[in-house]
Amino acid sequence: MIRLLAFVVGLGFLAASGCSFVNGFGTWISTETEKSIEYKYLKHAHAEEWSFSGPFGRYDNQQLQRGFRVFRDTCSGCHSLKYVAFRNLEEIDYTEAEVRAIADQWPIQVPSINPQDGAPNTRKALPSDNFPNPFPNAVAARAANNNALPPDLSLIVKAREGGADYIHALLVGYGDAPADVEVGQGLHYNPYFHGLAIAMPRPLNSDGQVTYTDGTEATVDQMARDVTAFLMWTAEPKMDTRKNVGIAVLIFLIFATILAYFAYRNVWADKKPKKKKKDEAAA
Amino acid sequence: MSFPWAQQYEPKNGFTKWMDSRLPIFRLVHGAVGPGYPVPRNLNYFWNFGVLAGFALMVQIVTGIILAMHYRADGAIAFASVEHIMRNVNEGWFLRYAHANGASFFFIAMYIHIGRNIYYGSYKAPREMVFLLGMVIYLLAMATAFMGYVLPWGQMSFWGAKVITGLIGAIPFVGESIQTWLLGGFAPDTAALNRFFSLHYLLPFVIAGVVILHIWALHIPGSGNPTGVDVKSPQDTVPFHPYYTAKDGFGLGVYLIAFAIMVFFLPNALGHADNYIEANPLSTPAHIVPEWYYYPFYAILRSFTSDFFFIEAKLMGVIAMFSAILVVFLLPWLDNSPVRSANYRPKFRMFFYIWLVDLVVLFYCGGMPAEEPYVMISQIATAYYFSFFLIIIPVLAKIERTTPLPNSITESVLGHDEPVAPVATTKSTSGDPSPQPAV
Repeated sequence: MIRLLAFVVGLGFLAASGCSFVNGFGTWISTETEKSIEYKYLKHAHAEEWSFSGPFGRYDNQQLQRGFRVFRDTCSGCHSLKYVAFRNLEEIDYTEAEVRAIADQWPIQVPSINPQDGAPNTRKALPSDNFPNPFPNAVAARAANNNALPPDLSLIVKAREGGADYIHALLVGYGDAPADVEVGQGLHYNPYFHGLAIAMPRPLNSDGQVTYTDGTEATVDQMARDVTAFLMWTAEPKMDTRKNVGIAVLIFLIFATILAYFAYRNVWADKKPKKKKKDEAAA
Repeated sequence: MSFPWAQQYEPKNGFTKWMDSRLPIFRLVHGAVGPGYPVPRNLNYFWNFGVLAGFALMVQIVTGIILAMHYRADGAIAFASVEHIMRNVNEGWFLRYAHANGASFFFIAMYIHIGRNIYYGSYKAPREMVFLLGMVIYLLAMATAFMGYVLPWGQMSFWGAKVITGLIGAIPFVGESIQTWLLGGFAPDTAALNRFFSLHYLLPFVIAGVVILHIWALHIPGSGNPTGVDVKSPQDTVPFHPYYTAKDGFGLGVYLIAFAIMVFFLPNALGHADNYIEANPLSTPAHIVPEWYYYPFYAILRSFTSDFFFIEAKLMGVIAMFSAILVVFLLPWLDNSPVRSANYRPKFRMFFYIWLVDLVVLFYCGGMPAEEPYVMISQIATAYYFSFFLIIIPVLAKIERTTPLPNSITESVLGHDEPVAPVATTKSTSGDPSPQPAV
């Protein structure tokens, strides 16, 4: 009875999915799909070599410090970095005094209150503060940016498909729009961005835009690379520890598993079919 | 609850004797996973995954309880509290990555466990209850994982919750009211987040309870085996400890290596980039997908695009999605072939492998946007999915010509050219020529 019922229900599902399929197929066959302009020009970032790529890749703190300079001079005017604190910069080899100076000289102040009368106020940043938001709220941010909201950059590398490769490609990918692409008012052509037009103007325009002090040549590509590495760090600050622990754990586990395997073979030695005996019998 | 030749528990020292007459917990462990549980000697590595799923559940409970100490279920700060765990909580990154990947590994273990069950016909009498309880665990795990994915309050959390709770809205007449009532609002927000968190904390313990029933039910008939032939004599079995504890130890090692590779080196590979963007009800992601372990069912949900008689397409999709899981529950009654193992059912084996490929196709389509040709492909795959359970399996049970079974488990292990163990061995242990498991 149940099998008969199942058979009928099964035919029902077959009919329902078949019905959907026939309809879908009909529409698919009869409508000509036109490849969109976006499909024609959208580029995908290719995989780059990063110091942090692969299981043995680690952050290059020199590069992260250069990247921080690029962030400070170029990005921080519009983008917040709300999950990162000034004190975290010590993790990329800034000294305590340097961090204190960076926080003290940060162009954007931290919201506060006047200790006398409680009136809203601002004060200089401290190492314990997170990076202050350049705009008091989203409305102000949109008003200052042609109605586009600059995203927070703390997690941007993990929040985009393609990660660091994509961010780097986007930063250096600006160019002139092809004739058949219409770029809206206040937008900028970038073939790596979905929709091909991005509100952010080209952030890195010329070599030497940011002053590097470690002798590295500040080409546009180098700056894009460095700031991307810095943003990778802000998104995944514990990566070095994670990979170090991971390698230790794996060495231990592989060793333990080999031992476990021999223990298993040993325990089972008398239960497995004995091949030797068969040979003896044959002889 | 074991075979008559199962080793009896004997307390050795004063303390265990004292305990045994008051709380016989050592006796329980001895009989459940110790030397007192005889297990067929021919289990292959697919039989490791029950223990591995149990281990994965424990990892989820331990990491989850610690994460809950730092997490705050409030729409305004949930996302930030997860970032707080990742950045400021000691080893918080490990807890979160282990928990997020641990969910995936729990599902991998369960899927292999269920696949093994279907291939070897373990669901058949007398193990129907073991199977049904296992499927209940799977359903509960699906619900728990769904609610857990909402908690980080990223874009996919929010929109996934909206889409999935929206399925309830497909129920005619009362659906939308029920949806609002369940969410505590018109869209997921703090009210929904709080109840999801509460249930996400509760359900793993319900799962643990059902796991105990699952193991209890298993110990009545004892474990199945790759031949599907019943245990006939003591030489067909080995004591669980040390034989299968040793084998599970090795299996656990391999599992942990795979787990460590994901947690420490590819922690976000199974996640979605959009979930690192804080939930924003005003911005819909380009394409909303659930976690990977729901992909096949998501594909089934979306493959019903036309109304079927009086049933709306959306409702039909929801019915089909839930039926896709419910039909599995019916397996013991859909398949009345007397042969359990697919090793001796060549046709069933072929259709089973097609079904596995079908699942991979559904998995792939479920992760793709709802566009052609993915929808058409998943429609064909959905048709096969239901045909496999509701048409092919019942019909095969009637018409299939099976290949000869080995006479015993021991024969299947030692091969035909070995002399079959003397009958005397069987008789010496019990008077009954075909010993039945005693409870």
